[in-house]
Amino acid sequence: MSQIAGHLEPYLVLSGMLFAIGSFGFLARRNAISMLMSIELMLNAVNLAALALGAFIPSLAGQGAAFALLIIAVAAAEATVGLAIVIAIFRNRKTPLVDEYDTMRQ
Amino acid sequence: MPLPDVIPFIGLGWSDVLFLMLSGVVLAAAFAVVFSRDIIKSGLFLILTLGALAGIYVMLGAAIVAGAQVLVYIGAISVLILFAIMLTQTKVAPMKLAFQTQVAPAALAAVLLAVLFGLAFGSTNWGSTVFTDTPAATGTAPVAAALFGPYLLAFEIASVLILAAVIGGLYLAMEPKADEVSEELQ
Repeated sequence: MSQIAGHLEPYLVLSGMLFAIGSFGFLARRNAISMLMSIELMLNAVNLAALALGAFIPSLAGQGAAFALLIIAVAAAEATVGLAIVIAIFRNRKTPLVDEYDTMRQ
Repeated sequence: MPLPDVIPFIGLGWSDVLFLMLSGVVLAAAFAVVFSRDIIKSGLFLILTLGALAGIYVMLGAAIVAGAQVLVYIGAISVLILFAIMLTQTKVAPMKLAFQTQVAPAALAAVLLAVLFGLAFGSTNWGSTVFTDTPAATGTAPVAAALFGPYLLAFEIASVLILAAVIGGLYLAMEPKADEVSEELQ
């Protein structure tokens, strides 16, 4: 018997909390790589929601996992390009802090 | 002696305890990712978050996604992030002022978002099945039927996207050659 793990809502609530934590990190951190890590947290929260819906709603069986695999592929592409951009900017500006990337404001 | 179905005194099943432990690890490690001042520690806590999430994926019966999570996220993306951290670590940057000036509005927005999610998830009628234990593992056949049936176009676009990302990442992170730099400067 299970009171929690057999219901859909706890998984969705966990995914919502993880997404909120990731969005806070994206908005609040100064380091560009921290912001990318927060994006990974948010993508994982979406993955968890997709998998939970696929597991608990019979008409979505299999589709949740397919979505999650596609999201993982897109996240890998996003991490590659994002980190390459951060390294390219770091080579010019010698800092990973996003609030010091202010060339276009001056 | 077989274990009892329900843990005495707490009234929760064993899978509940597993879910609570894994989700506690996920949330605590995610908080550590966001809040730790040393960025290399947040990278390591990110690995812990992703590993515990892989455990939750197994509980949801999606072993293939848990395997992809371990291979792609923990094996590749985390290593990429750790390398990028090591390449961009400077003496002054990591310790002082890890947060922007907008940290208070960001915290407010995140809390509001979490409350909104909770209200929306609680008030929606999902029409979901309730399992006596965790959802049964369905195997990979329905996943393949979905991935190579209705989502075949998305699958192919994802493969093209990964190829483009690999080439683009190589081009962006490439050291500019010395003669190109001098040409740009002239």
